[in-house]
Amino acid sequence: MEDFCRKILERAASQGATYADVRVVRRASESIEVKTGKVEQLASATDYGFGVRALVGGAWGFACSFVVNDDEGMEVADLAVRIARASSTHKKEDVTLADVEPATGRFESQFKIDPFDVPLADKINVLLEADSIMRQNPKIAIAESSMDFWRQEQVFASSEGSYIEQVNVQSGAGILATAIGGEEIQRRSYPAPFGGDFAAAGYEFVEAQDLTGHAEETARDAAQLLEAPLCPSETTDLVLESSMLALQVHESCGHPIELDRVLGMESSFAGTSFLTTDKLGSFRYGSEAVNIVADATIPGGLGSFFFDDEGVPAQRVDIVNEGIFNGYLTSRETAPKIGRPSSGAMRADGWNSIPLIRMTNINLLPGDWTLDEILADTKHGLYASSVKSWSIDDKRLNFQFGTEVAYEIVDGSLGRMFRSPTYTGITYDFWRSCDAVAGEDEWRLWGVPNCGKGEPMQIARVGHGVAPSRFRNVRIGVVK
Amino acid sequence: MIAENAQLMGRGRITEILQSALERSEAEQTQVSLSLKRSGLTRFARSAIHQNVAERTACLAVKAVIGKRIGFALTSSLDERSVFAVVSEAVEVAQNQRDNPDFVSLPEPKPIGYYPETFHESTAAFGPEERAAAVGAVIAEADQREAEAAGSFMTVVGESAVANSLGVDAYVNHTSAFLSTVITAGSGFGAATGTAMDAASISPSRVGAEATDRAAASRGPIGIEPGEYDVVLLPYAVAELIEFLGILGLGALSVQEGRSFVCGKFGRRICSEAVTIWDDGLDPMGIVRPFDREGTPKQRVDLIVDGVAEAVVYDSHTAKKEGKESTGHATDLTGLYGPMPANLFLRPGTSSLEDMIASTKRGILVSRFHYVNVLHPIQTILTGMTRDGTFLIEDGRITSPVKNLRFTESILKALSNVELVGSDIRPVGLERTMPGVACAPSIKIRDFRFTGVTEF
Repeated sequence: MEDFCRKILERAASQGATYADVRVVRRASESIEVKTGKVEQLASATDYGFGVRALVGGAWGFACSFVVNDDEGMEVADLAVRIARASSTHKKEDVTLADVEPATGRFESQFKIDPFDVPLADKINVLLEADSIMRQNPKIAIAESSMDFWRQEQVFASSEGSYIEQVNVQSGAGILATAIGGEEIQRRSYPAPFGGDFAAAGYEFVEAQDLTGHAEETARDAAQLLEAPLCPSETTDLVLESSMLALQVHESCGHPIELDRVLGMESSFAGTSFLTTDKLGSFRYGSEAVNIVADATIPGGLGSFFFDDEGVPAQRVDIVNEGIFNGYLTSRETAPKIGRPSSGAMRADGWNSIPLIRMTNINLLPGDWTLDEILADTKHGLYASSVKSWSIDDKRLNFQFGTEVAYEIVDGSLGRMFRSPTYTGITYDFWRSCDAVAGEDEWRLWGVPNCGKGEPMQIARVGHGVAPSRFRNVRIGVVK
Repeated sequence: MIAENAQLMGRGRITEILQSALERSEAEQTQVSLSLKRSGLTRFARSAIHQNVAERTACLAVKAVIGKRIGFALTSSLDERSVFAVVSEAVEVAQNQRDNPDFVSLPEPKPIGYYPETFHESTAAFGPEERAAAVGAVIAEADQREAEAAGSFMTVVGESAVANSLGVDAYVNHTSAFLSTVITAGSGFGAATGTAMDAASISPSRVGAEATDRAAASRGPIGIEPGEYDVVLLPYAVAELIEFLGILGLGALSVQEGRSFVCGKFGRRICSEAVTIWDDGLDPMGIVRPFDREGTPKQRVDLIVDGVAEAVVYDSHTAKKEGKESTGHATDLTGLYGPMPANLFLRPGTSSLEDMIASTKRGILVSRFHYVNVLHPIQTILTGMTRDGTFLIEDGRITSPVKNLRFTESILKALSNVELVGSDIRPVGLERTMPGVACAPSIKIRDFRFTGVTEF
C-alpha cells in the first residue's frame, strides 16, 4: 500500500501539485434491526476505495475511485490535479496550510470483544427478547431494537512525508417503543433515540447497555405518554437530562464553532455561524458554569482518533472557558486565518469524501452539583429527557427542540409526566442562563453516529460528554 | 486522461456481473442490484471555488431469500472474487436470519414501458471546467450588485440495474444536474436552484439573477412579532412541505404501521380541494427513473385528489401484504423504511405571484425554509425557520424584508387553508429523498403560525 500511495503522490507532484494527500479506506459494517417481532434488516457491507486531494495553483481538487490499482491511481491523481486547476480559475486567494509535523505509525482503537466475532444469532436473540418485552405492553404499536457495528481501516499518506495507519472499531445499540392511540403517537427510547448510544468499543459496550433490562420501562413510558397532558406553554426553569443535553451541545455549540462555517464555506447549505472571529476570546457564550472542550483524545469517544484526515494529531482544545468563547474547530487551511495551529478536526466520511471540519467529542465539563440537588433546588420547572425533534436557524441562534418526555418539577420534586414537550430560545441567552451542571458521577460521553454536513452530504460519528444541567427562564411548550 | 463523466460500464458488462452473481447464489430467490456513478461537484463561497470533487463509486447489493429468511450484503468492489464473496455473505446472513412471516416473494418481472430520455450527453460532457464556467456566471450576477455568491453545482452520470432470479432484468443510464446558490448582499440573502436531467437546460445566469434580486431586495430586514399570518410560499418552500407529507404518511408502510395521517381517511377530505398531489417518476419535469430499487416499473399514483386522500405508494413487500401490486416505489435497498413518493407534484393553479401578493392585506412572503423537522407525525406538525428572503406584505404589496421567523404548524392544517395556487410550477431538488424532486407552484395560505424570531 505504501508503494501505491507513493506513486500517486509522485504523480500528483509531477502534474503540478504543490501538496497532495491520499487516503485508502476499507470499511466493514453490520446492521441488525428488529421491528415489531421481525428481523427487518440484517445487512453486512464492505466498502473499499481511495481518494486523492491535490493543491494546484493555490486551489483544491479531489478525486476518488472504488477501483484500487496503480493505473486507476494515476488517472485519479491526474483528475484531482485537473479539478484543482479548474478551481483556481475562480479563487480569491491561495490556500495556505498551517504547518504540521509529518507522522508515521499504526494506531488502533481499543476494544474487549470484537463485535464481528460475536455470532449473529446471539445478537439477534438479544434484540428479539427486547422486542418481545416491549410488545407485551398492548399500547405499543411499533417496537424497534437495533445494533450497529463498524470497523474502519485507513491509510493516510501526504506529500509532506506522513504515512499513518489507523484502525477504529465502533459499536452501538438501542431500543425504541412507539405507542399509538387514535391520532396520538408517542415514543420512548433507551438509552437514546436514533439507534441508541455508540462508542469506540467492542461488543462489551452493547452488553453494558442491558437493552432487555430496560425494555419494559421504555414501553411503559411510551404507553403512559398517550394519556399524559400536553406540555404547558410557559417560561420556566428547565433541567435537561444528559442525552438531550448532548443534542443541545451538538447543535448550539458543536456546529457554530466549525471555522469553515464561520468563514462562509457552508453558507449555501447548512449556513454560517453567529460565532464570528471578532468574538474569539471575548464573547460571553454562556454563564460561568459553562466550560466546553473539543477532545479527540478521550478513550471510547465516537469522535476520538489518533490523527485527523490531514495528519494532524488528535487534541483537546478549549472552546468555552467559564462562559467565554475561546476556540474553534479548525483545519490546516482555516487555522492560519485566526493565527492558530490546526485543532486537528478534519475528517472525511470514507474514501470518497474530502475531509471537512467536523466535531470531535464536544464536551460540557462537569460541574459540582448532583441531579438530585438540582431538582431539589428548583421551585418550579420542567425536567426533559431524550431528543425527539430538533431545528435551529442557519446562524445557530434560534433553536427549538422537542423531547420524548418531560416531568414537571414542583417544589423540588418530580411531578406529572407531560407529552410532546418542546423548548425554544436563542443560543447564547440559553447558555448564559445555565446555573447548575451536575458532576463527574453523572457525566456521560454519548456517541452520535449521524451528524450530516457538506455537499455531497457526509455523515460523521461524533461524541458529546455532558451531565444534567439547569437553565433558568426558558420558554417551553410551543406546540398547541 | 480520465474523463470525469465518461460512460461508466455499459449494459453488457453490468448484465454479466448481475447474472454471474445470480448464478452463484445458493439462495431460493436472489435479487442483485448495481448502482454506478461518476459525479462531480463544485462548491463556491464568497464568490470563489473552495471545494471541487469528483467521485467514481459503485454499490453492488445482494438480497438472498431462503424460505422466509432474508439476508443483505453490499460491497463497493466489482472484481469477480468480491462479487462472489458478497453473494456468499448475503446467503450466510439469510441462513442466520429468522422467518419474516409477511414475506411472500421477490417481485415478478414486469415490462418497463416507454419513458422519457434519462441520459443527456450535455450533462455527461460536463467536467470541472464547465462547472467552473457555470459558477463564474453565477458569481458575475452577484458581482453586478456588490453581493457575494455561494453554492454548488453537481453533475451526475450513472447506471442503475436490478436483476432477480424470477426474471427481473432492468437497466437505465441516467444523468442529472443540480445548481444551487445563496447570494449575500449585506444583510440581505437570496437563494435559487436549478434541477434537471439535462445540464444545458439550467441557466446559471438566470439562477444567479433570481437569487441576487431577492438578496438585494431583502437588505435591512425589520423584526416583526411572531403570530398567525397569511403567507405566500414560493415553490422552494412548498416543495419541502409536500416532501415531508410524503415521508410522513404517503407510503404504504406508514399506513400499515398505523402512523400515517391518512389512516382511516381514504376517500375523505383531508385538506383544501385546491390541493391535488400525485407522484410520477416518469414526468420529465422531474428526475426520471423508469423503475425502482426492486426493478419494478414506476407508476403514476394520485395521492390526494381535490383534497381527498386517495392512495399511497407501494413496494413489493407492502403490496403483497395487502394483495396489491407494487406501484414501483421501493426506495431503499432493504425495505426497512418502506416505499416513498420521490417524484411529487402539486397541481398548479391559475394565480400569478403578483395576484397572491395583491390579494394579501397583511402577510408574509416566504422564499424557503431551513432545518425543518417533525414534531408530531400523525398531526403533521413541523417546525423550521424561514431563510434567504422573507418579506412583509401590507395592503397588497411587499413593504419590507423581515428577519427570519420560526414556524410551528401542521402541514395538513396549512393545506386546508390554501386560498390561491400559482401557475409557476417548477422542479425543486429534495434533500431527504435524493435524487427525488418535488414540482410545486407558489401557494397562498391563510393563518400560518409563526412561533419565534431570530436576529437576522
